[in-house]
Amino acid sequence: MTLELSRLSRRFADFAALDDVSLDIAPGEFLALLGPSGSGKTTLLRILAGLDHPDAGSVRLDGRDFLATPARSRKVGLVFQHYALFRHLTVAENVAFGLRVRPWRARPKRAEIAARVEALLQRVQLEGLGRRYPAQLSGGQRQRVALARALAVEPGLLLLDEPFGALDAQVRVALRRWLRELHEDLGLTTVFVTHDQEEALELADRVAVMNRGRIEQIGAPGTVYQDPATPFVCEFIGKVNRIPLAREDGMLGAAGWTPGRDPWRGGQARATAYVRPEHLALGVAGDRPGWQAQVRHVYLAGSVAHLELDVQALAQTLEADVASEDLARLGLRPGLGLRVAPRRAVVFPAGSGGDRWVWQADEAVVAV
Amino acid sequence: MAARRRVLPGFGLGLGYTLAYLGLIVLLPLSALAWKASGIGVAGLLHLLAAPRTQAALRLSFGGALLAALANAAAGLLVAWVLVRYRFPGRRLLDALVDLPFALPTAVAGIALTALYAPNGWLGQALMEHLGVKVAYSRLGVVVAMVFVGFPFVVRTVQPVLATLDREMEEAAESLGARRWQTFARVILPMLAPALLTGFALALARAVGEYGSVIFIAGNIPMRSEIAPLLIVQKLEAFDYAGAAALGVVMLGFSFALLAALSLLQRWSRRWAEQPA
Repeated sequence: MTLELSRLSRRFADFAALDDVSLDIAPGEFLALLGPSGSGKTTLLRILAGLDHPDAGSVRLDGRDFLATPARSRKVGLVFQHYALFRHLTVAENVAFGLRVRPWRARPKRAEIAARVEALLQRVQLEGLGRRYPAQLSGGQRQRVALARALAVEPGLLLLDEPFGALDAQVRVALRRWLRELHEDLGLTTVFVTHDQEEALELADRVAVMNRGRIEQIGAPGTVYQDPATPFVCEFIGKVNRIPLAREDGMLGAAGWTPGRDPWRGGQARATAYVRPEHLALGVAGDRPGWQAQVRHVYLAGSVAHLELDVQALAQTLEADVASEDLARLGLRPGLGLRVAPRRAVVFPAGSGGDRWVWQADEAVVAV
Repeated sequence: MAARRRVLPGFGLGLGYTLAYLGLIVLLPLSALAWKASGIGVAGLLHLLAAPRTQAALRLSFGGALLAALANAAAGLLVAWVLVRYRFPGRRLLDALVDLPFALPTAVAGIALTALYAPNGWLGQALMEHLGVKVAYSRLGVVVAMVFVGFPFVVRTVQPVLATLDREMEEAAESLGARRWQTFARVILPMLAPALLTGFALALARAVGEYGSVIFIAGNIPMRSEIAPLLIVQKLEAFDYAGAAALGVVMLGFSFALLAALSLLQRWSRRWAEQPA
């Protein structure tokens, strides 16, 4: 089932939650809607679930009008951010709910429902907890009950709203892997909403980055990360250093450093270079373009170390990432002076009429 | 066993006050009642209970109160629903109106209802002519007065629970394929049941004990529209203090049994909220 979302708009009072959003969702795809709060991602999810309705635009499922189908007939499995479990029903009754409310003719037999509930609980690794009430479960367990309940109706589309938002870090990572495996097992078209870029990059086949009711970029996680289409995507996905460039002697550059080429042929007076922390070369030789910097802080975060570098010439602090085993090898410690230069940058012109430019250093500028 | 540490200390003092207060306000008068009633002895009590007039009055008091509480549960749920779920002009005024039956002296309520439902009053006349229903000076009148005085309870117990009900549960039910009535019957009603039962019990207790408004509209025909509290007053006026107290104790016993049963039902209805053992 291919879902075609076309030109969807939704306004709440004077706030545009969705502004002309179009998107195709392929069968079996695992799609992430990524964006800050208020970017419209949850509104989009609720429209797909039939709990909200767009002011304009259409959603088609294999060519048929999906918006005309009421929520209860859409065969959409929805997992709420706070699970919305039925507190007065046991785990097993929660999972069975979607089967029990079916019209008499379509309702499976009692024994069949029980067997299906049992199988689903096994699938979500909650066997033996069927007689508990939601209040007696941990957050991760509740999450899986919500998932089992959504899967019980054999949906054609699974929607997850911030599926890991309310869980602590360890459970979150474990559940993430597990959900990815489940998706590979079931092959169910899945759309999930998240504000956590790490989650989106790790889980999804495709990521749609949303901002202010619009989709800024949609693509594979690698593309969105390596080749961001807009300044917003640069800043929202991963950490990034923002370096303003201006024309110095006809070349775009900043405080003595220049990318060395000019795609706009003198057309843009200003531009901004976005440089990821891992694309900052440390210990650049003195005869190469670069900036003199001083290490301010070293944060060791497991396998990676984050450095804060004061660059006086730019009057800003840059962030750089190095493998933590390189810390000792390079003798990196607070107070150390060294030269740094970008290895790779995405450059956006300040004025209109210019395209984004992905710049890569010609040769190895790294001295390490 | 080590004492458990609490954020707010004072269990001993708190419990002491509670027991002393309850003893003074509730238990002491009730024991005085029981002591006074013991004056007529077991034989006297049985004789009193066997009297057809007593039985008729007790049946009307408790039967009428049950009917009134049921009517209030249904109407109260609807009113609470409208007040919580919809926004309309005059909602706050309507909300304030709900409490009026509490504020009014019951005798005033009784006189007003009687004037309205009497055979020559405007509702009473119309009902008599078109439907042949007699409200004032009948058992129906008793129930009407009981409904009036017990009305606010269900609204006020259900309202806060309904207001904090998680709307996402309803959306989840819809998305799982439930029709509206299924969502109401399987999700909303069970969540409201504990509050609804509390309101029902309060309305019931109020209706059983109601005197002021009922005696005006009831007409007080022995064996037909005479309530048990009226019998008690009559005994008092005849200086039969022990008999009055005995009838009081009987009413107390019935009420206690009813409220205890409701409390058990209420506990069952919120079994899901109990923490793991």
